[in-house]
Amino acid sequence: MSQDILLRGIGITRRWGGLVAVDQVSIALTRGEVHAVIGTNGAGKSTLINILSGETPPSAGQVELLGQDVTRWSQPRRARAGLGRSYQRNTIYPGFTVFENCRLAAQARHQQPWAWWQSAQACEASQAAAHSSAQRAGLGDALDRVAGALSHGQKRQLEIAMCLATAPEVLLLDEPLAGMGAEETERMLALLAELKASHAMLLVEHDMDAVFRIADLITVMVNGTVIATGTPDVVRNHAEVQIAYLGQQ
Amino acid sequence: MTDRSRIVFVALCGLALAAYPLAAGAFGLDLVTKIMVYAIFALSLELLVGATGLVCFGHAAFFGIGAYAALLLSPSSDAASLLWLLPASVGAAALFALMMGALSLRTQGVYFIMVTLAFAQMAYYVVHDTPLGGGSDGIYLSAKPVLVIAGLRLIDLDQALPIYFFTLACLVAVFGFLALLLRSRFGRALAGIKANEQRMRATGFSTYPYKLAAFVISGGIAGLAGFLFGVKDGYVNPELMSWHLSGAVLIMIILGGLGHLRGALIGAFAFALLQEFFKSELIFGGFAKHWHLGLGLTIIASVALLPHGLVGLPARWRARRQGRKAAL
Amino acid sequence: MDFSTFLIQCLNSLQYGLLLFLVASGLTLIFGIMGVINLAHGSFYMIGAYMAFALAPVVGSTLGGGFFATLGVGVVLAVMLGYGLEWAFFSFLYEREHLQQVLMTYGLILVFEELRSLMVGDDVHGVAPPPLLAGTIALGEMMTYPVYRLFISGVCLALALGMYLVLTRTRLGMMIRAGSSNREMVQSLGVDIKFLYRVVFAAGLGLAVLAGMVAAPVSSVYPGMGNQVLIICFVVVVIGGIGSIRGALLASLLIGVVDTFGKVILPQAAGVLVYLMMALILLCKPKGLFAAG
Repeated sequence: MSQDILLRGIGITRRWGGLVAVDQVSIALTRGEVHAVIGTNGAGKSTLINILSGETPPSAGQVELLGQDVTRWSQPRRARAGLGRSYQRNTIYPGFTVFENCRLAAQARHQQPWAWWQSAQACEASQAAAHSSAQRAGLGDALDRVAGALSHGQKRQLEIAMCLATAPEVLLLDEPLAGMGAEETERMLALLAELKASHAMLLVEHDMDAVFRIADLITVMVNGTVIATGTPDVVRNHAEVQIAYLGQQ
Repeated sequence: MTDRSRIVFVALCGLALAAYPLAAGAFGLDLVTKIMVYAIFALSLELLVGATGLVCFGHAAFFGIGAYAALLLSPSSDAASLLWLLPASVGAAALFALMMGALSLRTQGVYFIMVTLAFAQMAYYVVHDTPLGGGSDGIYLSAKPVLVIAGLRLIDLDQALPIYFFTLACLVAVFGFLALLLRSRFGRALAGIKANEQRMRATGFSTYPYKLAAFVISGGIAGLAGFLFGVKDGYVNPELMSWHLSGAVLIMIILGGLGHLRGALIGAFAFALLQEFFKSELIFGGFAKHWHLGLGLTIIASVALLPHGLVGLPARWRARRQGRKAAL
Repeated sequence: MDFSTFLIQCLNSLQYGLLLFLVASGLTLIFGIMGVINLAHGSFYMIGAYMAFALAPVVGSTLGGGFFATLGVGVVLAVMLGYGLEWAFFSFLYEREHLQQVLMTYGLILVFEELRSLMVGDDVHGVAPPPLLAGTIALGEMMTYPVYRLFISGVCLALALGMYLVLTRTRLGMMIRAGSSNREMVQSLGVDIKFLYRVVFAAGLGLAVLAGMVAAPVSSVYPGMGNQVLIICFVVVVIGGIGSIRGALLASLLIGVVDTFGKVILPQAAGVLVYLMMALILLCKPKGLFAAG
């Protein structure tokens, strides 16, 4: 239903000098859906996700978040409005504990920087949000561990937990399964499936099995343009996709 | 070090400093006052470099502005009141920090280091070349400021002892303020910016205002240190803004240990004592005028061999002892 | 300002700017390629100037040569110093954080200053230009211009052109440019990266030393000259963009103009003008005029 479209990219284009990295791409993220974006290296997926998150401005086109035009908004502003993003390489705070990682992320919703005499730990709302997001991401037992000492899979879980700590409505996930073994992948997929119900999710991934298992919609990009959008079955049988992408696997 | 032992250490330092005048002569009193001023200066830089990860190589500018403001704003005949002279000097330094930060914080990494150095040089040339700052000769203070409330002369900075205790009080206040600030939400946000600025932005923190605020607070506290220095000696000259001082205060905090407030204290003491050591004609005779050589070599050695500073020494000794025990 | 004066100031701007470019290009090359910020770069300039002063009598009595022989000996010594210094000290700085590099090279400045003080003293000296270049040429009817200053500009231009040709037309230049964007790749291709770095460092140091030697007759030889030129070089790199030789050239010439004309028009504000210009440029372009990759 259109009222549940939480994030929309309309005619997004990005040029770097003479090179067109993203060419007139439109995409919509609906609550309750995982929308995967796949494509070979250089297809423009990273640029697209950076434009949606606010890290790169588009050369043309608009981004709408929860009905508002956020094309000119900075990334922090979009994040405060309900947009969460995870990165392909970990952007956790390796020197802090798992709990502190989540608590600091949650603090973004309760910043109050002027209260210099008050300890940060006194903010109950951040503490509660940190507990619940860590639990949800499956790190409830590891709260006191130093983040740098976690296994790779746990670090990726922490990356997700930090996204959830600010209670976003839209999640942009950039290769959450990167570098994971089979068991860790299963756990992450279960988590993503569970998150689907309450969020609108964009998933950029290279693991084709995972994508076809979990995605409700798939957009295929080649050289900056979209060559197909549809359900996994439609995409799997799409002639151009088979030639351009799946056939190369 | 546990939290409790840290507090005990700092409290002991405070008590030792409070009791020191009982045993000290005039030279010792002046030296330790100077060291305490350096400690305040080093603490201000620790907020910027150690806590936020912004390596500023122009911090002497704020120190110098605090000192020059104290002397330039003082009336030519009477003693000024501390009530307005101190905030005015700190405010002048903080204002310059606001301008410098607004321009420098748009740059990153090595750029930031170079830009801060360049802006500090600009301030140096303003006081060195223009009549504003009295040129390379500097300017003298005619009367030290006082604190007079309801006709009572509460603080008179004309004597060495009141200056000592006033400086100590400022040091305690600055240390306490920064300790609270660093554990507050603002301080934790700075720590997050240092650890991973990208994640902070992705989470919803607008990092530029935080960094600018840290820059201004840091500059203001450095201005306070400069104010105290200028008032103590009653004299300022452009060397207070020289980049050698910017380098010296950086060395203080890395020598003491980055990321710890007490590192700034330890570093200031260690640096000042090292300087006195290398300058001492008693030990080096005629060679003492080349004290920069010893200092330079010490700097190189300490950065190369003591990456975590003096604060990290107890942990290294403990690790070495444990290693030896395990080997047995 | 009449035309002759204007022309003289233009030539002075050019000379100062080109000299600055020579020093700054070494700094930006070393940083762009090896990722090392070297505060002691100004010290090399100072060492060059003091060498021009101290070596002249030695070279005169042993080799019988004059100014140009001294230049040659100085360059050879500089390259040897660069090689040795890179091996003994700078190679340890490559993987370190910028703060550590800054502080270690700052310590190096202090060491160099005192070594110079011990070996040659702290006095200010003049160096005479070679008789061949000591004259003046006429500019218009009334003004004359020192030939030596034109010589400086000529040398700097020649070196700049040489640098350009080496970087763009030779294999070594190609390796240098490749090494700056992808260290590991160049290593895996069998290029001896350590040798490359040593060459680049020696070249950068050599440029600064040569600049100091060539500038000595004009700027005189004094203890603080290294620090002074270092900070201006930083401004050059900030304005021009890190790692960009083109940016360093443009920025150096800009600074040459602003500083030279500033001293004539607004003598008291001259020191500050360059930094004001830097501030203005940063307002519009935070990464400098030509930020390299």
